[in-house]
Amino acid sequence: MDLFTTLVFLLDSAVRVSIPLLLAALAGLYSERSGVFDIGLEGKMLAGAFAAGAAAAVYGSAWVGLGAAVLVSTFFALVHGFASITHRGNQIVSGVAINFIAAGSAVILGQAWFSQGGRTPLLSADARFRAVQLPFADAVSDLPLIGRIYSDLLSGHSLIAYAAFLLVPFTWWVLFRTRFGLRLRAVGENPAAVDTAGISVAWLRYRAVMCTGILTGLAGTYLALSQNAGFVKDMTAGRGFIALAALIFAKWRPVPVMFACLLFGLLDAFAIRIQGTPLPIIGQVPVQFIQALPYILTVILLAGFIGKAIPPRAGGVPYVKER
Amino acid sequence: MAAEKQRDTSFDQKIINGEAGPHMAEAAIALKGISKSFGSVRANRDINLEIAPGTIHGIIGENGAGKSTLMSILYGFYQADSGEIYVNGERALINTPSDAIARGIGMVHQHFMLVHNFTVLENIILGAEGEPLLKTSIAKARSELERLERDYGLEVDPDALIEDLPVGLQQRVEILKALFRGADTLILDEPTGVLTPPEADHLFRILRQLKDEGKTIVLITHKLREIMAVTDNVSVMRQGELVATRETADTTVEELAELMVGRRVLLRVEKGPATPGDVLLSVRDLTVEDSRGVKVVDNVSFEVRAGEIVGIAGVAGNGQSQLLETITGIRRAVSGTVTLDGAPVELTGEADAADLRRRGMAHVPEDRHNMGLVLPFEESENAILGYHWQERYLNGPFLKIEEIRRDAQEKIERYDIRPADARLKTANFSGGNQQKIVLAREMEQDPKVLVVGQPTRGVDVGAIEFIHKRLIDMRDQGKAVLLVSVELDEIRSLSDRILVMFAGRLVGERNTEATEGELGLLMAGVGEKEAAE
Repeated sequence: MDLFTTLVFLLDSAVRVSIPLLLAALAGLYSERSGVFDIGLEGKMLAGAFAAGAAAAVYGSAWVGLGAAVLVSTFFALVHGFASITHRGNQIVSGVAINFIAAGSAVILGQAWFSQGGRTPLLSADARFRAVQLPFADAVSDLPLIGRIYSDLLSGHSLIAYAAFLLVPFTWWVLFRTRFGLRLRAVGENPAAVDTAGISVAWLRYRAVMCTGILTGLAGTYLALSQNAGFVKDMTAGRGFIALAALIFAKWRPVPVMFACLLFGLLDAFAIRIQGTPLPIIGQVPVQFIQALPYILTVILLAGFIGKAIPPRAGGVPYVKER
Repeated sequence: MAAEKQRDTSFDQKIINGEAGPHMAEAAIALKGISKSFGSVRANRDINLEIAPGTIHGIIGENGAGKSTLMSILYGFYQADSGEIYVNGERALINTPSDAIARGIGMVHQHFMLVHNFTVLENIILGAEGEPLLKTSIAKARSELERLERDYGLEVDPDALIEDLPVGLQQRVEILKALFRGADTLILDEPTGVLTPPEADHLFRILRQLKDEGKTIVLITHKLREIMAVTDNVSVMRQGELVATRETADTTVEELAELMVGRRVLLRVEKGPATPGDVLLSVRDLTVEDSRGVKVVDNVSFEVRAGEIVGIAGVAGNGQSQLLETITGIRRAVSGTVTLDGAPVELTGEADAADLRRRGMAHVPEDRHNMGLVLPFEESENAILGYHWQERYLNGPFLKIEEIRRDAQEKIERYDIRPADARLKTANFSGGNQQKIVLAREMEQDPKVLVVGQPTRGVDVGAIEFIHKRLIDMRDQGKAVLLVSVELDEIRSLSDRILVMFAGRLVGERNTEATEGELGLLMAGVGEKEAAE
């Protein structure tokens, strides 16, 4: 295999692994920009993946799976909202609780309903979001360079993957070009300013966490119905936390979030690629090290290279009218 | 703007017809029987208040008298437990700020309700965007803002970020925000707390102009001088009740002070001439940088002698805080020397606040909540913090709890701290009493040098009088007192010498005869050249 082919394949798998990251990170962006920290992205994604796998298995339809995932994730997001917005609870505790509940109940319900050790049944092709071939992908695949990039790298992803990338400019537009976005950013910085302007802080934040729920549902659906053919125990494997790292890394801005996720995806793809392959000079690199790279990179880059990532000022603080 | 359409235009009409005046029957705002409790605290009790249209109405009272609560009820931020609100004679149900905005009521809060990393324009349209997409609403707002700026002389760059604006301009943005929403009645809550005297004068000019344009202004303050300077009528609040309403022209500062406190108050501190002795605190060429490497204290030199009070005046944020922290061993200096009673103070290496206390430097920090007290602790614990190593409080490694409480109870009596309970959680004391706890702790150690930052911030008139007297007592006992305050009145009435700090440097020294205008110019950084010439 020549270097170019290797590169195209590497980039292609980087894109694939970065999709759930991207969706989860964008999900977190809505919540955190509104001042509600969300460490429960992982749990919501997992719950979404389970709901997608289970519903798609029962009804045999990917779209039903998607709907179920979005509903379940949004439900969990509202639970987080209820705890942290209405009852002003600690957002970290609430998020961690959601992670545990999602991980535990998915396995228990999966075992109770399908008796396959917590998995959902393997899905047929119809019940999944399959790869979409872009027009003329076959026709141009023989062209040098551009043809290969078009047919192997750009074409052949799931519908959700394309949606994820379209959500990047969309999120930017919502955030910086709409009234909702202006208020969302304001409530994350100074909720009192929003309150005194006559806007309900709670309702605004609830809408933000609902956006988070919908997007984590999409992320879970992608994992269960596109990347795999069904739900597998613990299939999110910490992606919710990497997504948080990407979000911090990108300083809570949509376009940098995309690049951060692609970077982490590339590292991940690279880790898979060099598993068991000794590198020149360095020799065998432990897989665990490569897998830890996104985190190490986040710490190093945040510490020294990209400057301080300042979170939304009111982030993590429940809003109480001062006396 | 939706808010603008809904507002009552009858008042504007009356202005045009020349009917408006202070004695007009219909009040712009009338509050009837307003009561509000927070738990067991009755913040407002049966308040009745009428505000005549086209006037500036002052509401004065000590901290905690219920002024801000009352205005927050009018603005819909809190709901009254009972009572009615009338706007232009009509009964108004105001449950949220948007109800108030729709009735033409705008508020400029004490702590600005601005988003620091938004532009002026974005802050102004927030909540009054009008349509879902920003492009058109921003364009509309821009022309509306230009009109307002022209009409009222409130210039501000619409595209500047809030965090880049000085506080005076931020306040202007708050006023514009209210006007943009079509406010006829403007409530200002302690608006001059963050302003220099010239800025405050400018604000008053703006308020008078707004009044001339037919707006009604409600000014909440605890500063008597402001009431006399700018209001038409004044209402006095004390302990949740509205005790009196007067026409400003018919009242005096003394009467208002007495109404506020409920007894006669000495507004001027009685003090004899200072008899300065040896230099106890000497600061030479002190330079301090902040974490970004910006010089916040720039080559500052001065000395404080035994038996004198040296006051450092300046607008908040000109390096006074950092100067205090460096002298008291909390922050490190880049260069310079500080000498305490003849012995040098370590500034660059191991700055040690505890060691300085042992050597006789007592420190009343500017921010009592973060640096002076541990609020969840009981009073007696706070009364020894920083001095808890002293043998009289210790029995080996253990604290002598009984002794500490007895000691605290003594201080409580001597400083008239209320409630007189050494075992009460410190958070449950009012601001003035918390400050007395800190002062009692520091002053009772018989220090050589007393460094005091903002001794009366958030403290009511009665307690201010007490604190000022104690500071003069300290001076008369031969202590060297360094006083840093943003209250120019306080600096002027206490200090024997006044140093003015601007942008990290000492820009002038004046004696007690200095006029307020002269000091105000120095504080604003204008007088520097004239002073040199």
